[in-house]
Amino acid sequence: MVEFFFGFFAIMILFCSVMVVMSRNAIHSVLWMLVMFFHVAGVYLMLNAEFLAATQIIVYAGAILVLFLFVIMLLNLREEMNIEQLIDGWPAGLSLAVAMLVVLILALGSFSVKPWGQWSIEVVEKTTQTKALGKVLYTEYLLPFEIASLVLLVAIIGAVVLAKKKLKS
Amino acid sequence: MTIFEFLFPPGSFDIFLNIIIILIKIAVVIGVVMLHVAYATYFERKVIGRMQVRMGPMEVGPHGLLQPIADMLKLFFKEDIIPEKADKTVFYIAPLISLMAALSSLAVIPFYEGFVVANINVGLLFILAMSSLGSYGIILSGWASNSKYAFLGGLRSSAQVISYEIAMGLSLVGVMMMAGSMNLSEIVKAQAEYPAGIYAIPQILGFFVFVVAAIAETNRAPFDLPEAESELVAGYFVEYSGMRFALFYAAEYIGMIIMGCLAAACFLGGWTVPKYILAILPFLKYVPGIVWFVMKVYFVIFFYYWIRATLPRYRYDQLMAIGWKLLIPLALANILFTGVIKIMVE
Amino acid sequence: MVPLHWYLWLGSLVFCIGMFGFLTRRNVIIMFLSIELMLNGVNISLVALSHYMQDLRGQVLTLFVIAVAAAEAAIGLAIVIALFRNKPTTHLDEIKEMKG
Repeated sequence: MVEFFFGFFAIMILFCSVMVVMSRNAIHSVLWMLVMFFHVAGVYLMLNAEFLAATQIIVYAGAILVLFLFVIMLLNLREEMNIEQLIDGWPAGLSLAVAMLVVLILALGSFSVKPWGQWSIEVVEKTTQTKALGKVLYTEYLLPFEIASLVLLVAIIGAVVLAKKKLKS
Repeated sequence: MTIFEFLFPPGSFDIFLNIIIILIKIAVVIGVVMLHVAYATYFERKVIGRMQVRMGPMEVGPHGLLQPIADMLKLFFKEDIIPEKADKTVFYIAPLISLMAALSSLAVIPFYEGFVVANINVGLLFILAMSSLGSYGIILSGWASNSKYAFLGGLRSSAQVISYEIAMGLSLVGVMMMAGSMNLSEIVKAQAEYPAGIYAIPQILGFFVFVVAAIAETNRAPFDLPEAESELVAGYFVEYSGMRFALFYAAEYIGMIIMGCLAAACFLGGWTVPKYILAILPFLKYVPGIVWFVMKVYFVIFFYYWIRATLPRYRYDQLMAIGWKLLIPLALANILFTGVIKIMVE
Repeated sequence: MVPLHWYLWLGSLVFCIGMFGFLTRRNVIIMFLSIELMLNGVNISLVALSHYMQDLRGQVLTLFVIAVAAAEAAIGLAIVIALFRNKPTTHLDEIKEMKG
């Protein structure tokens, strides 16, 4: 049963990823990306990460992708669709990507882990995943958390400065 | 091992039974909510009619009671027109995205004790996620129609929904902090234990922000700028007709019902009645929980109509200013107060 | 129970598809989407490792990745808008005025 769900999610994720990369129309790419995010959220649910699954949808699908859609619509790129989507040297790109995949899979072959942390499934289920994540995030990772907020602040200011129209003096 | 054993291993019977029970629950919830949607339109026309000293629909059936059914039949048999240069696939799926996003939020709403399709721990986050998806339907329909009015409506809506979603999420954080959970059933139970009985009293700031943000999220007056029939014709769904138009319409009303349910569950005590009221009027405990829940939901929906009949539409810059300069700071202040008070009490 | 390696292979495949897209497409927006794909591939591996090692660090790291992705998307799209104002295209090969 679990294997069946994993297979379904994996096939959908891979198919949607390929469609994101190969779509001629940027809006269609964004839509395939949306479908893919849902299936990634499904994989997170299989891994008992319900909070992350919800965050994946709220932040990735609800905020980042909407931003993409918004920008594509502002730019109104209808004529871009007539251009050939891949560059001439695409076989080089493909072979690089395949080489990367081979390296990754070969490297993963000898890789194994054993459970060593304190947050086993039973413990996480007892405290609920959100609470457990909060505990780790606000104690062990407090400083990185604050730095992340700083990064977001910088991004907000940077985006406003970059996208603002220059006032004519 | 026979094929039968492979397909149905021992113990699978319970799983199938569970799945069937869940499917029945889903069918019941969707059926009942769709009926409420049909009559919410009737209710709206009647309420607004009365507020404007009119009768509202009177022709079909006694007091116009069959009007929603007549409307539905009319929309069903209308011609389905697709603009010539529209992006057909996206044009087809946009209303479906809207409707699906609205309907799937129903899964986590506790209608009364123990009756919830999916009792998950991140229920509130799930509703926020689904309501953020609703904006996809609007943006995509605006883009795919290949029409200036629809396009402008779509752009306005995406900016509006993203802005007010932040305010709505932040206004619910206070509730999560008080209840210590994101599971809606747990939130309702925590409210029943709470002395005031409902979170709307201690969380009055959050409740205010939530109500305003909820109106903006569902694109209702006075924040109906994406539609704005007097400036943008009908906004994002101007090119839609027949059944697809009805899907958008249904999605909007389901969105309202969801916001009503959310307000009822998070701020107004869900299916419970505050203890001090029960102490005065003890016979109220014989009223089933579902009745209380539905009454609270309809109170919120009536409030929506009341506002629509009373307030004129905001300008776009005013809308953005309210969202970013008033609601979000208020919601953040509410979180701060709630946190400080919670620490002091403990 | 699904073995850990399946998740890691899935993550690497998604990462490599994203990498392929980044290398071969020249539409800025799709290149950004490819970066998001790569980040998602990494996220899948991190959450899977976190689950199988019974440690929440991987999930915390995923949250940070999501935050950084949001920041990156905001900045990147602002740059796209600024570029588009100077030259109405999102095709990277046509934007080459900045040489020297």
